[in-house]
This record gives sequence, structure tokens and C-alpha cells, in this order.
Amino acid sequence: MKRRPYFLIFALIFGYAFFYVPIASMIFYSFNKSRLATVWGGFSTEWYGKLLDNQQVLDAAWLSLRIAFVSATVATILGTMAGMALARFARFRGRTLFSGLVSAPLVMPEVITGISLVLFFIALNGMIGWPTRGFTTITLAHITFSLSYVTVVVQSRLASMDRAVEEAAMDLGSKPLRVLFDVTLPIIAPAIIAGWLLSFTLSLDDVVITAFTNGPGSTTLPLYIFSKVRLGVTPDMNALATIIVVLVGSGVAIAGWIMHRADKKRERDVQMAIAANK
Amino acid sequence: MDVDTKPPGSESGDKPWLDQKAKPFIRIDGVTKKFGEFTAVDNVSLDIFKGELFALLGGSGCGKTTLLRMLAGFETPTAGRLFLDGQDMTELPPYERPANMMFQSYALFPHMTVEKNVGYGLKHEALTDAQRKDRVKELLDLVQLTPLAGRKPHQLSGGQRQRVALARALAKRPKVLLLDEPLGALDKKLREQTQFELINIQYKLGVTFIVVTHDQEEAMTLATRIAVMDRGLIRQIGTPTEIYEFPRTRFVADFIGSINIFDGEVKSVAKNKVTVAAPALGADVIVEHTGTMPAPGAKVSIAVRPEKIAIERKEPGADATGNTIAGKVIDLGYFGKDSLYRVKLPSGTMVRVNAVNSRRADENERVAVWEDNVWLTFAPSSVIILTE
Repeated sequence: MKRRPYFLIFALIFGYAFFYVPIASMIFYSFNKSRLATVWGGFSTEWYGKLLDNQQVLDAAWLSLRIAFVSATVATILGTMAGMALARFARFRGRTLFSGLVSAPLVMPEVITGISLVLFFIALNGMIGWPTRGFTTITLAHITFSLSYVTVVVQSRLASMDRAVEEAAMDLGSKPLRVLFDVTLPIIAPAIIAGWLLSFTLSLDDVVITAFTNGPGSTTLPLYIFSKVRLGVTPDMNALATIIVVLVGSGVAIAGWIMHRADKKRERDVQMAIAANK
Repeated sequence: MDVDTKPPGSESGDKPWLDQKAKPFIRIDGVTKKFGEFTAVDNVSLDIFKGELFALLGGSGCGKTTLLRMLAGFETPTAGRLFLDGQDMTELPPYERPANMMFQSYALFPHMTVEKNVGYGLKHEALTDAQRKDRVKELLDLVQLTPLAGRKPHQLSGGQRQRVALARALAKRPKVLLLDEPLGALDKKLREQTQFELINIQYKLGVTFIVVTHDQEEAMTLATRIAVMDRGLIRQIGTPTEIYEFPRTRFVADFIGSINIFDGEVKSVAKNKVTVAAPALGADVIVEHTGTMPAPGAKVSIAVRPEKIAIERKEPGADATGNTIAGKVIDLGYFGKDSLYRVKLPSGTMVRVNAVNSRRADENERVAVWEDNVWLTFAPSSVIILTE
């Protein structure tokens, strides 16, 4: 007789419960009719409707999206360039130091990054009158930490790419810049897209660094939620968080499904090619 | 040299390298390439003629690939010049050279279809769209890939990818095609077939091919001439027959095929005949030799290919010509079409003998088996004197 792996089943259930019970309870209470967040008062969707009337929430969401879009785009461009430089400059003095410096912000405590950025922005503003705290400073700060992620992702993708492909393009008459656009960028496109998505998400949910670098009237969505929740959890915040969870969750699921489908198709193609050759 | 060779894909007598007045198509003039302290290519000079299928042969790290990459423009020589069709191209970037390369990894563009891959180099040519289309079609026909024009590289087998790479490299009608281990990634059966396809295509188009390979059989089958390289130097240049039958150095003799090499000392020299005392063989060996004759007393190596030695169980009669030595069979490898014998001489030296199994025989009827006393015979004309 086969023994059931009770311990493994228990570990699995416990692990998933640890992840998802808090989120599930939040979603559950977002449909609570009662004003009190933890007392069940019957089913209702009124909090979702209220969110749409809340101009503050809508403004914060719009600001967050704008910041996330701009910072992810700029970070992706700069990070791709940095990743290329690090992957392609064969060996130069201090190469190890440079690649270390790129990944250091990944492990730097956010508080430190936040303080240093705000001090820098104040000093810069004192000297040249720019930037004023708000959208600009938050975006710059988000670019700073997203950059590292993009660089690392792009660099590792480039490291695994066959350089002969670029040489082949050059051999066939393309100048280096043409090679970049015809060959290199299309091949590393998945890494660039992944880097952008990562930056976008990081920017969208950052609290600490944003709290340091924001200015009057520039409250992002996470900051808004944070400030509201400090006064006690309200059902409308549950509803807002639920919307975010559903959006992010379905985005991840769709991306996963597309990638899985592409993998399957590729596998089938390869098998067909092999079969055709027999 | 009056060696009768008929290189594949060319008429006999078509040997421009023997013609003093012929102008080389590609001239490599005293080229050296150093990577830091390491000298990859060491003062190499080489002339290659139009329409040749020239092979650079050598082990890994011998400098053959570096030399090819310098021809393509991916490396710049530390010293020396490179000429193609009279034009100095030492400083030209790869995208301005009338030379194209087929890469060892094929380096196909993974995001483009077969058709787009082949047509990529034509984007920069002054052609109309129709001309471009025609050229791509013509090339796909040449490599028999027309039905797969819409596929992506990952949907192709190794052999098909190899053909896409070839078609792509030929698309711009280069003056010279550089091939880096063109058959290296294919399995043995496919390799043989592809070898002949490659020769046919080269013959059809008349493009000069320079092939880099570590596989001596591949070089022998493909090439009109071979340059054997070792540690950045060219050890010998010649037709496959010259390289195999008349190696000049121990390295070349040993690198190409298998060979028995013995140390000896020249005893006497007569017209075209040299007698060499070889202690390992326990006898004097008579060698038929042309060209510069070694002086008596000179230390030389003598070499005999295993297939040029006859093996027999009974002692040859007194009327037998050639060099005869006695020994005992220690090892026997049966490969079907031929057998390899390792024969131990009284001096303890091992001699490899390769005999074709031209007669059908079961195990008891073999020419010789383990522990048999045998006689080995080889003709004076089969022995090579290596002075270096």
C-alpha cells in the first residue's frame, strides 16, 4: 500500500494559506455592507461604487500610472544601454566594481535610497532651481531603483546570446547601429519587455522612496492607501486593494498564458521539423 | 613537382599555384595577430587563387579561425597586410568587405524566416524589389529550401540550418566565401553528403572558398589545397595528395592520417635511393627519394603509412623486393572493410599495419591473428624521409 505523504500535503496547505488567506479575507471584507472592516454585515458592492466617486482615489491612481509609465520607459532605455555596456565591453579596469555598483541598489535599504535622493534633490533645487518636488522627483527616484533591475535582466540575456549573430549581420553589410536595431534589440526584446513590466510594477507599488520624494499635491495610490489605513482600515480601501489584486493577478495570468502558448507552439514546431527530416 | 592530383571540381592542369605568373586573388602578407602576450597567428604569408577551395587545417588553438576572422574583418592584424583582388582590405570594416562568412554556429537570425535570413544582406545592395526576390528564390533553389522559405530557424533541422547559412552567405555574391567549420555540427552521414553538395555549389558558382576545419578527412575531400597550421604557423601548403603522401615535417605527417615514424641515420646515398639505418626496425631501410638528397650521416626520421605495409604469415622469398622486417601480432582490430594490426618488432617497437580485407574470410582464415609471427613488407617508394 502506498503511504500518503501527509506531511507534504500539510506543508503545501499551510504554505499557500500563509500566502493567500490574508488576501482572501481582504477580498471577502471588501464586499462587506458594514462600515466596520472586521464585522460582517451582509453582502454589498457599494464600496466599489463609492471608489468611483472618490476624486482623490482617481487622481492618485492616475498619477501613479503616469509615474509608473514614464519611469519604466526611461529606466528601460537607460538600463538596456547599461546592460549592453556591461555585457559587451570585454574587460576593462574596474569592470567588477561597475557591475557591483549597478546591482547595489537592489539590496540597498529603501530608507537610505529615499533619504539620499531627497537630500540630493533639495541640494540640486537650491543650485539650479530644478527639480521641484512632486511628479518629477518621484519619477526620477523610481527610475533610479528600476534601472538596476532592467540592467541585470538585459545583461544576463545578452550574455547568453550568440555574438556570431551580430557578426553575421555586420558581415552582410550592416553598420553597427543597423545591427543593433535589426538583430540585437529584436533578440533581447523579451528581456526588455520583462524589464519594463518589472519597473512598471515596482514603481506602481513603491511606498517608502515615494514618501521621501513626493511633494505637496502629489500623492500616489499606495501613499493614499497608506495614509488612509493609518486611521483604520475601511471597506473602501479593501475594495481598492481588491481591484489592484485582480488587475495584477489577471495581468500575470495572461502573460503566463501567452508565454506558455508560445513555448508549446515552439515545441510542436521543433518536433515537426525533426519528424520531417526522418 | 609532378604529382598527379585532380582536385575536386576542377580540370586537371587547372593549378594556378604552380604558375609563376598567375596573380593571387587573396594575398595574406606577413600577417601576425597577438592577443596580449599570446601570438595566435605568427607572420603567415599565403597566396590563394581565384576559384580555389582552400582549407586551413589544424587543431584547436592553431590560429586557423583567427586567420579567417581577420579575412572577414572581425579582427585586425597586429602586423602584415591582407589583399583581396588587388585591393588592400587590412583596415576595411567587415561590412565593407566583398567577403562573406558562414559561421560555425550558423548564426542565423532567430527572429526572421528563412527567406528573410537569406535576403538580409541584399537590403544594402542597389537592387529593385523584384531583383531581390529573384535572387533569394535562386539561392533557395540552389540549397533546395524553397518549400521551407517561411519557416523560422528553430523549425529547421541542423542540416537545413546549415543550408540557410550557406545561402545567406552567398546572397551578396561575395568574391570570397569564408567557412568556419561548415560541417562541424552535422552528424557523420549528413556530413559526407553535405561535403559533396558544398563542392558542387562551389564549382557551379566559381566563388573562392576558404574553409577552416580541424577534420583532416573533411579538408582532404573538399579542398584543392590545404594549409596545415600549428601554433600560429603554416607547416605545409599543398594539394591533399601532396600533404598526405609527401609530408615534409613530422608534425604534418603525424597530423594527417596515421603513420609509423622511426628515427634513423642516413648510411649511403645513391641516385634516387637513400639507405637509412633505423635501429628500431633492426634493419637498413631503402628509400626512394627525389628532390634534395640528405647527406650521409644526417639524422632523419623515416615514415611509412600503415596501409602501405603488406602483412604476411610466410616469409617472402629471396626474390622479393622492398624492405622486409619480422614481428609478432600483438593487437588486431577488425573494422569490416579493413583490419588494423599492431605488430611488435624484436626491438620492442610497435608498427601499425592497415590491411584491406579484400577476401571474404571467417575468423580462422584471417591473414594473421594474435601471437602470429608475421613478415612486413613495404616498397622503397612508400617510405618518406622527414628532415625536420
